[in-house]
Amino acid sequence: MIPGAFEYHRPASVAEAAGLLSQLGDDARVLAGGHSLIPMMKLRMADLSHLVDLQDLDEMKGIKITVSSVTIGAMVTQHELIADDALAAAVPIIREAALQIADPQVRYVGTIGGNVANGDPGNDMPGLMQCLNATYEVQGTEASRMINAREFYESAYFTAREEEEILTRIHIPRPAGGTGYAYEKQKRKIGDYATAAAAVLVGGGEASVAMTNLSDTPVWSQDAGKALASGDVEGCVAAVMGAIDPADDMRGPVEFKKHVAGMILRRAIDRALSRAS
Amino acid sequence: MAKMHVKMTVNGKEVEALAEPRTLLIHFLREDLNITGPHIGCESSHCGACTVDIDGKSVKSCTMFVGQANGTDITTVEGLTNPDGSLGVIQEMFREHHGLQCGYCTPGMITRAHRLLQENPSPTEEEVRFGMAGNLCRCTGYQNIVKAIMASADMLNAQKEAAE
Amino acid sequence: MNDQTLTPEERAANLKGMGSSRKRVEDVRFTQGKGNYVDDIKLDGMLFGDFVRSPYAHARVVSINAEEALKVPGVLAVITAKDLEPLGLHWMPTLAGDKQMVLADGKVLFQGQEVAFVVAEDRYAAADGVELVEVEYEELPVIVDPFEALQSDVVLREDLDPAADGAHGPRKHHNHIFTWEQGDKDATEAVLAEADVVVEEMVYYHRTHPCPLETCGSVASMDKVTGKLTLWGTFQAPHAVRTVASLISGIAEHNIRVISPDIGGGFGNKVGVYPGYICSIVASIVTGKPVKWVEDRMDNLMSTAFARDYWMQGKIAATKEGKITGLWCHTTADHGGFDACADPTKFPAGFMNICTGSYDIPVAYLAVDGVYTNKAPGGVAYRCSFRVTEAAYFIERMIEVLAIKLNMDAAELRRINFIKADQFPYQSALGWEYDSGDYHTAWDKALKAVDYEGLRKEQAQQLEDFKAGKTRKLMGIGLTHFTEIVGAGPVKNCDILGLGMFDSCEIRIHPTGSAIARLGTISQGQGHATTFAQIIASEIGLPADDITLEEGDTDTAPYGLGTYGSRSTPVAGAATAMAARKIRAKAQMIAAYLLEVHDDDVEFDVDRFVVKGAPERFKTMKEIAFAAYNQAIPGLEPGLEAVSYYDPPNMTYPFGAYICVVDIDVDTGETDIRSFYALDDCGTRINPMIIEGQVHGGLTEALAIAMGQEIAYDEMGNHKTATLMDFFIPTSWETPTYVTDHTTTPSPHHPIGAKGVGESPNVGGVPCFSNAVHDAFRPFGLTQSHMPHDHWRVWKTARELGLHA
Repeated sequence: MIPGAFEYHRPASVAEAAGLLSQLGDDARVLAGGHSLIPMMKLRMADLSHLVDLQDLDEMKGIKITVSSVTIGAMVTQHELIADDALAAAVPIIREAALQIADPQVRYVGTIGGNVANGDPGNDMPGLMQCLNATYEVQGTEASRMINAREFYESAYFTAREEEEILTRIHIPRPAGGTGYAYEKQKRKIGDYATAAAAVLVGGGEASVAMTNLSDTPVWSQDAGKALASGDVEGCVAAVMGAIDPADDMRGPVEFKKHVAGMILRRAIDRALSRAS
Repeated sequence: MAKMHVKMTVNGKEVEALAEPRTLLIHFLREDLNITGPHIGCESSHCGACTVDIDGKSVKSCTMFVGQANGTDITTVEGLTNPDGSLGVIQEMFREHHGLQCGYCTPGMITRAHRLLQENPSPTEEEVRFGMAGNLCRCTGYQNIVKAIMASADMLNAQKEAAE
Repeated sequence: MNDQTLTPEERAANLKGMGSSRKRVEDVRFTQGKGNYVDDIKLDGMLFGDFVRSPYAHARVVSINAEEALKVPGVLAVITAKDLEPLGLHWMPTLAGDKQMVLADGKVLFQGQEVAFVVAEDRYAAADGVELVEVEYEELPVIVDPFEALQSDVVLREDLDPAADGAHGPRKHHNHIFTWEQGDKDATEAVLAEADVVVEEMVYYHRTHPCPLETCGSVASMDKVTGKLTLWGTFQAPHAVRTVASLISGIAEHNIRVISPDIGGGFGNKVGVYPGYICSIVASIVTGKPVKWVEDRMDNLMSTAFARDYWMQGKIAATKEGKITGLWCHTTADHGGFDACADPTKFPAGFMNICTGSYDIPVAYLAVDGVYTNKAPGGVAYRCSFRVTEAAYFIERMIEVLAIKLNMDAAELRRINFIKADQFPYQSALGWEYDSGDYHTAWDKALKAVDYEGLRKEQAQQLEDFKAGKTRKLMGIGLTHFTEIVGAGPVKNCDILGLGMFDSCEIRIHPTGSAIARLGTISQGQGHATTFAQIIASEIGLPADDITLEEGDTDTAPYGLGTYGSRSTPVAGAATAMAARKIRAKAQMIAAYLLEVHDDDVEFDVDRFVVKGAPERFKTMKEIAFAAYNQAIPGLEPGLEAVSYYDPPNMTYPFGAYICVVDIDVDTGETDIRSFYALDDCGTRINPMIIEGQVHGGLTEALAIAMGQEIAYDEMGNHKTATLMDFFIPTSWETPTYVTDHTTTPSPHHPIGAKGVGESPNVGGVPCFSNAVHDAFRPFGLTQSHMPHDHWRVWKTARELGLHA
C-alpha cells in the first residue's frame, strides 16, 4: 500500500492555502489529520499531485467558548476535543461522541475539520454537527461563507464545499442549560465505523436527532426532533426510520441495520431524557 | 518528484535528510534512519505496530507522511531504553509479566503505554484497556500487557515518590 | 555453585529448569525494538519485488504488457509466467501434492492471485510499476460454493487430466480433489439405523485466516561468485523450505542456506510456500542482487493461506440414557483454486479423524471430499494441529445438539461419555491411540471452579426475567471438553512432501560449563530460547541462563521439520531431552573417573554427580565439562556434545475443559463475554508463565474466530474482508480477562511427559464461545447456527426465533 507521488506544501496562512488550492486546481487536496485521505492515497483511490498540509494554520486551531456559542477550529483534534473540560461543560455530547471515534492514536491526529469536511458517511462528527445545528465556515480565495451542517452533505464524499475552499471553523450554538444529550453508537469493535449511531439533544421544549452511517449522508430529521420535543418518542423513531436508507456491508444487511438503528436511537433518547433537567 | 528537505529530532538526536514527499514516516524511520523498532502490520492505521511518539502524542507512523513530521520531536521504542542500556521501566515490566510473545506488536505497545502513563499515571484496568485499544496483538490476548502496564504505573509512581 | 550449604531444592531453583516461570531471554531485544524480522533485513544493493494481482476470481489472462511499467524510474524487471517457464518454475508443488501457479499461467483462479512480479530499486518504485502493468483479462464464470462446484460444468483446473487420479486417489468430478474415508461405514450406518436417538446437523466452520501481525516475506540473495543462495524468510519450517527449494530449483542443497529470522507470529500462515518466495529467488538470480518481497496486509489476507472452510454433515447416535453409540461425518472441504492444504501426506484432511473427541464412541465413520473453488488456496492449521479445531468444533457442537434432543444437561452428557482414566492408552474408533488422560477429574474441577450449578440457576432466573420483560439480555453458558492430537510424526505415519516429521536438537557444552543448543524448529513467539534451555537445565544440571539456544539457520541447526501443529515441545522438546541425556551419560563416566569410582557408583543430583551414599564426594557439571575437554580420560573422546533426531512413537493428546459465560443483547446482537475459565492439561509443564500466555493468546484468537472473524467472498469471488477494518481482530477492549487452571497428566511416551499447549486454547476456545451463544438460545429452540457469531448473525438468530416480536 504505497501512495503515488505528489508535491508537498505547508502554507503558513489560510489565505496562502486557499491561494494554493485555487492555483493548483483539481490536482490538489488539503491534508488535516490524514487518517481518511492517506489510506485512500495508499490504495491509490485518491489521485492527486499536490498535498496542502494545514497543520501550521494557527487560525484553524483552538476552541473558543462564549455564553451563546462554541467555535472550534477545523484543525482541533479529537483528542483535544476530549481533553477540553470547558468544552465538555458547554457541549458535553461532543466529548461523549469523540470518545467513540476510532482509537487513541487516531484521535491524537484526526481533526474535527477533516471528519466533517470529508463527507464520509461513516464519520461520526457530521451527524453530531447536524444534531447540534452547527455552521461550517469555509474560506475561498476571495471570501469566506457559512454553510449550515444540515445543508452541507450532498452524497457520499460530495459536499457543498467547493474544491478550492477550506473548511476553517465550526460554529455551534450552545444548547440551553439542562438539555439532555446522548451519543449512542453500535460498532463491531474499537476503531470501527458505526453499525448505527444516534445523536440526541432534548430539553426545554426542543429536541434534535441525527443518525450516522445509515445513509450516504448523515440523517437529521426535523420531524423526529419535533416529535421528540413534544414527548412523542414513537413518532420520533418513526420519523427517523422513514429517513434512513442504510446499505448492506460486512456489518450486516439492511433489515438488521434498520432494526439496530431503532434500538440505538431509543437508547440514546432514554439516556438523553434521563439527563435533561 | 523533487525530494524535500526534512529535519527532526528522533530519540534525542537531530536528523536531517532528503526524502520523497510521499515517503511514509514509518518507511523513513525504518529505511532511511535504520530505526526498525516500529513495525508495519496493517498499513491502514488499525494495528498500531508502527506507533511512535510525536511531540507528546501517540501516532501511527504508517499514516503520516514524512513532511508532516518535519520539525517534530519523535520518540520510538528505541528511545525508551535507559541511557545506560538497561531496560526502561515499561520494557522491564513487559518482560516481567510476559506481556509479549512474538515481539512484533511490542514496540508499538510499549511506545503507546509510555504516552498513556504520561497522561494518566495511575490508570484503572479499564482505562488501560481503553487507552491501548489502538494496538493489536495476535499472541498475548492482552491480559499480560494490561498487567505489565498496571505494574509499570506502580513502579513509575514509586520512583517518582522516592525522588520527591 | 559448589556451595554445599544449598539444599538440592535451592540448587534446582538456581538452574531455572522445568517448572520454573523463567523470564524470557528473547524479551531483552524485543522490548527495545531490537528484534530482527525479515523486513528489518537490509543488504547492499537490495531490490524490492511486488506483485500485480488479479482483480478477478476466475479469468483468462489474454495479455500482459509491461512496457509502461518498465519506463518507471527504478523499475528493473517485470517477471511473468513466460519468464519462469524455461526454468520450470511457473508452477510449484504444494504441500498437499497438488501444484500451484507461481505466476498466472494462462488463467487466474482467485482474486488476488499473483500475475506478474515487478522488481525495482525500492518498494515505492515497485508499487508504481505494479500500477502500470497492463493485463487484459477475459472473465470466466465464478464458483464460490463447493457444493455448486461439484455440480458445475465449469472446469476450474484445466491443467489437470479429469480422468487421472489426484495425489490422494480417484477424483469424482473435474472440480473434485479427493475423497478420504476413515472408520467403519457399514457398522456405523447399522448403529445409526437402530439407535434410540439419532441427531443430524450441518456444522459449518467458516473460512478464516491466521493473520499474524507480521505478514509473509523473504529476502533472496544469490551470490554469483560462490554460487550460494541465501534465503531469509517467514518460514515455520526452514529446513523443509531448503529441501523443497533445492528439489524444484535444481540448486544443490548445500548451496542453499535458509534462515528464519525472528518471526512476528505464524499461527500456520507461514507454513505454506508462496509465489513471493520463489519470485524473490528468481529475481535475485536474474538481477544478481538481493531481492526482498514483503506482502502488505491485503496481499496477506487475499492470497496467503486461509484456514478452515469445512462443511461438516454429522449424525450422532445414542441410547435414551445418553450413551453415544456411533458417530458419522461427511465433510465438504473448500480448498480454493489449488490444494495447498498443509497436512501430512497420508492425511489429506489432516487429523479430522480425531472428531470422536473426548468420548468413548464405539463406532464411527468419516468421509471428506476436497473441492476446488475460485478462492485463495491454503487450508493451514490456524493455531491447530491439522484440522483438529474443525474436528473439535464438530464433536462439541454435535454433543450439544444431542443434549438438546435428549433434553439433558450438556455437562452431564459429556461426563457419561468421556473416555475413562483407566481406558488409556485408548484406541479410538477412527484409528488413534490416545496416550493418556483423566477427563473426569478435569471436568469436575472445572465445573466446581465456576460453580456450574449456581450459573445454571442464575441463567434460569435471567430467562424468567427475560420472559417477564424485565431484561432484553440472555445468558449463555458455553461448555467444551476437547482432546487435541499434536506432535506429528511419527515418521512412519507422517511426512510432508516425503519429508519425515521427526525433529532434532544438538547440544554442545563449552569447557566452562555453559552451552549452546540448536534445534530444527523455529519460534514465532513461543519462547523456545527460554523453554528449551529449561529442559536442558533440568536434564544436565547447568543453569538455563548459561545456555544459548539457536534455531532457524539451516547451515548451523540440525535438520528438523519446524514449528506448527504444537509439535515443538512434543517432538523437538523430546529430542532436546534425549540429547541432554546422552550428554549426561557421558558426564557420568567422566564423573566416575574423576571420583575414582565405578560408573554405577555415581548418581545424578540436580547439578552434579555424587558418589552413592557419600554425597560430600561429588563433581559438578561445570567441573565435569572442563574435564571433558581438558583432561585425558581413558576410553573417552574429548568433548561434551550430543545430537538427537527424535522420531516420536506416538502423538501426544493434550486436553482441556473450558467454560464461558456470555451475555447476549437480543435486540442488537451484541455479545459480552462475562467470564472464561480454561483448564488445560498439557502433561508436564515446562514454564507455567509461558503456558498461561499461550492460553490467553489462543483464547483470544478463538474469540475472534467464533465472534466475528471471517474471510468472506461475494458471489463474484470478490474478497470482502481484506483489511483489518473488516477482518475482525479484537482489541484489548473487546477481550475478556481469562481464568486459567490446570491438571497434569504426563504423556507416558514422551521423555519428559510434556504434550504441547499452544494450540489447545484455539481448538477448545472456538466451540466454547460458540456453544455459549447457542446455549443462550436453547430455551427458544435453537439447535444450530453458523459462526461467526457477529452482531448481525446473533440478531438474525434472535429474529428467526421470534424474539423481536
